[in-house]
Amino acid sequence: MSIAPAPRSFPSDAPADAAAERSEDYLWTLNFGPQHPATHTTLRLVLKLDGERVVDAMPEMGYLHSGFEKIGEHLSYNQYVTVTDRMNYISPMANNVAWHHAVEKLLGIDLTPRCRSIRTIIAELARISDHLLSNGAVGLDTGAFTFFLYAFYQREVIYDIFETLCGARFTNSWTRVGGVSHDFTPLVIEKIRTFVKTFPKTLNDMERLLTRNRIFVDRTKGVGVLSKEEAIDGGATGPVARASGVTRDLRKDEPYLAYEDFDFQICCASAGDCYARYLVRMAEMRESLKIVAQAIENIPAGQVNVGIDQRTALPTKQQVYSTIEGTISHFELSMSNRGFEVPCGESYGATEAPNGELGFYLVGDGSDRAYRARCRPPSVLHFALFPQLIRGHTLSDVVAVLGSLNIIAAELDR
Amino acid sequence: MFRGQTSLIVPEPQSFDLLSHLKEQGFDLLVDVTCVDYLEYRGAKQRYGLVYLLASTTTNQRLTVRVFVDDPEPRVRSVVPLWRAADWLEREVWDLFGITFVGHPDLRRLVMPQEFTAHPLRKDYPLQGRGERHNFPVITRDHS
Repeated sequence: MSIAPAPRSFPSDAPADAAAERSEDYLWTLNFGPQHPATHTTLRLVLKLDGERVVDAMPEMGYLHSGFEKIGEHLSYNQYVTVTDRMNYISPMANNVAWHHAVEKLLGIDLTPRCRSIRTIIAELARISDHLLSNGAVGLDTGAFTFFLYAFYQREVIYDIFETLCGARFTNSWTRVGGVSHDFTPLVIEKIRTFVKTFPKTLNDMERLLTRNRIFVDRTKGVGVLSKEEAIDGGATGPVARASGVTRDLRKDEPYLAYEDFDFQICCASAGDCYARYLVRMAEMRESLKIVAQAIENIPAGQVNVGIDQRTALPTKQQVYSTIEGTISHFELSMSNRGFEVPCGESYGATEAPNGELGFYLVGDGSDRAYRARCRPPSVLHFALFPQLIRGHTLSDVVAVLGSLNIIAAELDR
Repeated sequence: MFRGQTSLIVPEPQSFDLLSHLKEQGFDLLVDVTCVDYLEYRGAKQRYGLVYLLASTTTNQRLTVRVFVDDPEPRVRSVVPLWRAADWLEREVWDLFGITFVGHPDLRRLVMPQEFTAHPLRKDYPLQGRGERHNFPVITRDHS
């Protein structure tokens, strides 16, 4: 992207006459980003300042645009999962699950109970790790560095679990059409059990550090208020919408995977400010932990991938070497023109990702590649809300609002 | 109906009225606005198919509304007056597909640079691009 000079007209700018133009002369324009430590990622804000007050803000994105949707039309359904890792990279597992949830909806595949259960566990661990970072970053930006380190230490533990599971810490690419690449081993289950036991202590520590901290509360309470109507009008989803009183959570409203089987609450707040978003995320981590604790003790036995007759997931080595169906299936699935059958149809599959509703609108044309792979990223709609949240607040609140919206530029720009 | 999802096809002139009627009927959340280019799709009659994904926050129903438009001047009425969420979503569709949204307050490119001339998600645009990257304007120190 080239260096765009002065921003185009602001909505409040457009002066009707010369007098109005003169009265805005004293406003100062500040360019915030694209390379700024507090934006965390590559995004740009052009702020109009009256002293320290933000009169208006113009967000600009696209600095990290890498054509993910175009690539999606050229990679097969299994290959594209590696690209979804790079979307919301603070919780790649949740993107993997979202992508293959949408693909399986298009293909009409029913997962095995074991696969549903372990995908649920991993998706909830991804949610915890995402909320740890986003809340940690709010703390970091408002001056609570220790809080961030507490959060990041627990993210390391979750990375360790993912590494034991599939060998990759960060870009996991763990799901496959009709199953997963690596089943749970006893060691993984043991590590998750340990995490379930030890994590509440850290969570308590974190809450004691920040939830009633005077400085933090002053910095976030009443800042960036989003009303319920504005949240729905602006298309907000996930913790951002729930902090404004929208009781929408796809895990309850359109249960997918194994969420129906577990007992958990939707966490909502009504204030709609940065502090409410922080509280919702903190509460959601406890609920996620509850789901993990229930699920890890009740993993159904049996196959993890769908059977050979469905012809989507690769058969096990045992099946390949000892049965003719396994051999044929393995051979055909490895060939580019003999892969699984995709209907000529269109479907939208959405999951409740840590950041909001992450959905994929897929168009199948019979080949093993999507004709169109639209990703519905929650960040775009949240970032579009930013100017109305920041208007009237001070420059130092910019980082608090930005952090509480949890905008990830890789997902924003794709 | 496909995979339990209901979709409606509306002719372009009536799309705005139908969407505003649906909003009054309780589909208060605009989940997504996107587009599909059916240039190479078997059996497709019109080139661009817009997709409006609607949902209700009270009843949790979903509805897909499809609007088909065609070359040479694909245009459709903007739904920004109904949902603010449509603002950036329509900008993105304009950017990547070149569909004009009539009545949009600020129709600029969203993810591609402002100097860009093509619409990259169209099917006749190659994956590797057309070399625009090498021809971006460069601002030297003397001119800055």
